[in-house]
Amino acid sequence: MKHIISALVENKPGVLAHVAGMFAARAFNIDSLVVGRTEDPKLSRMTIVVVGDDRVLEQVRKQLERLIPVVKVQDFAGKPVVARDLMLITISAVPDRRPEILTLIEMFKGKVVDIGQKFIMVEVSGPEEKIEAFIEMCKPYGIKNVARTGTIAVPRQAKET
Amino acid sequence: MTTNSTTPASTPAQSAIKSGAQIVVDTLIEQGVDTMFGYPGGVVLPLFDKLYDAPIRFIVPRHEQGGCHMADGYARASGKVGVIITTSGPGACNLVTGLATAMMDSIPIVALTGQVRTELIGNDAFQEADTTGITRPITKYNSIVKDVKDLARTIREAFYIASTGRPGPVLVDIPVDVAVSKYSANGPVEMELPGYKLRTKGNARQISLAAQAINESKQPVLYVGGGVIIANATDQLRELAKKAHIPVTMTLLGLGSYDQREPESLDMLGMHGAAYANYAVQECDLLIAVGARFDDRVTGKVSTFASNAKIIHIDIDPTSISKNVRGDIPVVGDAKEILSELIKQVEFCERKRWFARIAGWKKKFPFCYDRDAATIKPQYVIDEICRQTKNSAIVTTGVGQNQMWTAQFYKFIGPRQLISSGGLGTMGYGLPAAIGAQIAKPDATVIDIDGDHSFNMTMTELATAVEHNLPIKVCIMNNGYMGMVRQWQQLFYNKRYSKSYLHNPDYAAVARAIGATGITVDKKEDVPKAIKTMLSEKKPCVVDFKIEREENVWPMVAAGKSISEMDGLDVLESLA
Repeated sequence: MKHIISALVENKPGVLAHVAGMFAARAFNIDSLVVGRTEDPKLSRMTIVVVGDDRVLEQVRKQLERLIPVVKVQDFAGKPVVARDLMLITISAVPDRRPEILTLIEMFKGKVVDIGQKFIMVEVSGPEEKIEAFIEMCKPYGIKNVARTGTIAVPRQAKET
Repeated sequence: MTTNSTTPASTPAQSAIKSGAQIVVDTLIEQGVDTMFGYPGGVVLPLFDKLYDAPIRFIVPRHEQGGCHMADGYARASGKVGVIITTSGPGACNLVTGLATAMMDSIPIVALTGQVRTELIGNDAFQEADTTGITRPITKYNSIVKDVKDLARTIREAFYIASTGRPGPVLVDIPVDVAVSKYSANGPVEMELPGYKLRTKGNARQISLAAQAINESKQPVLYVGGGVIIANATDQLRELAKKAHIPVTMTLLGLGSYDQREPESLDMLGMHGAAYANYAVQECDLLIAVGARFDDRVTGKVSTFASNAKIIHIDIDPTSISKNVRGDIPVVGDAKEILSELIKQVEFCERKRWFARIAGWKKKFPFCYDRDAATIKPQYVIDEICRQTKNSAIVTTGVGQNQMWTAQFYKFIGPRQLISSGGLGTMGYGLPAAIGAQIAKPDATVIDIDGDHSFNMTMTELATAVEHNLPIKVCIMNNGYMGMVRQWQQLFYNKRYSKSYLHNPDYAAVARAIGATGITVDKKEDVPKAIKTMLSEKKPCVVDFKIEREENVWPMVAAGKSISEMDGLDVLESLA
């Protein structure tokens, strides 16, 4: 089972290594890890997708909280969140196949960000299932390159007290 | 755990322009450091220059690993933070085993390491190592100070983190150019630890549930670990055990938290623990875990551990709760505070049947050995040491059989007596830890009960003991083998003693060559007198006991077995 955990961490060198090292040492299975700055220059937000059961998730949360540079941990299991993944994908696109590819891109609300004689680069964002589905649809055309950010997630405001 | 001062107020001296090295020394003194360990080197020359005439007692080991174990033994014996300083590269790398040892047993240490100049970092410079990278998994926290203005704050934070909550080793890496940079502090320097919050007070409702469970139980057991000693909660433990009338079993690191001469004591449990402790845990209806982490040496096959019991788990570290064994009533917080609250809510219960059952097990399966044997039994030596020191010495150990026999046969009566590498099981810990303990407690009798090969790993530190006139005593249980390895090879590998027998020097002669007293004992009848002589020695003293070659530690819970499935009970029964 995949769970999303969000951690507010100190924006200092070595913190990413510290968190990643802890995950490795404890043999936790990470699906993705994204870290970026927040509006507070002293803090970064890390969004981690963990694979495991409830017991593993409980240990992951506690072990993260125990790390000195980790300020706050939010476990999104069972909570309504907005989760997004952003991908840049380069698809082989010879001119006579282009129209159907462009239709596909439009269906997925993607944006063409680069174009060449034989390829198109697309930016797509959305929930993980949408990203995975788009990759599947692109496979018959030939995928040259994929880069994904991994999931970021924020709890839905309506449910927050 | 005594918390070192963290007052950020600046004194007039602090506003003057100082070098990084001076800031380090001043901060150490401000933190109450009056003793430290360390080894010089290139990138710490500026620091050592300031230490030359600083009011800090400084002990130089013969190897940085020894120095780290000394700081560790000092911390365990005194309750203070142990401090060690080494140079970069090989000096820092030599700390790894010592830091991992302290990390596993939750011991407060602050390690200061020199580092190459900031602009050379990452360039494969001379004596450069990625110290913070290497020590990250084995420290509670570490950091590298790249700007001299962060130096005082980082060191203060290091002491705070090391000594509070669940203690542990903290490393601060100091590049040499930072140590020589000049800085003038403008006013007080606050710590900046937004991610470190201490929680000491237990949840009132949880404590109430725990008290209720205790009052309703018929066959409870207190399972107590090193955390109770770290929390200085042994008085509260005693009061709880007496008031509610509950038997107490201890882990290796918990030994001494309850007086083993008292009737409630079940002594040590686990792989080489007492049969009566293991049976009590397996049969209990309530297991009250305090400052213990359900380590695999204790639980045996985890799914079978205390399977009839409801489990209360009192610990300061939430990650320990429900990590290996499900805690039914978790209480997170400081043991002393929580036990004090719990005592108010529990009632006395006679539990006549339960104590009678336990007495039966104690009678049938005591720790024992063949007293009529012609050879020197290690258990006899330890028995005699315990008797002659009246159970009140500080005892350090090596790892393996020597360690287990000490845990079984030296009956500890108070906290901070047994100083042993439990979690990491570091051979060579005994001698340097004894040195650290003796420095912390100059008037105490400090004895390292060691194995021949454990001792051999760090015996170079005898020179340190001689240099500082420390009257430590080393008792080598010399059987020529790595005893515990040999025992396993006997039991599980058909006596194929692969590489577990090594040539030993004449340890008494080695001791004398280094400047200590050396005694060899190879006859049983000479044992009491040798111990008596050793105890009255003013110089460091090594006694080499030529013990029974193939004696085993019983009982034993083999790998994968439940703790009630012990081997060697027949041996104990026949000798009882």
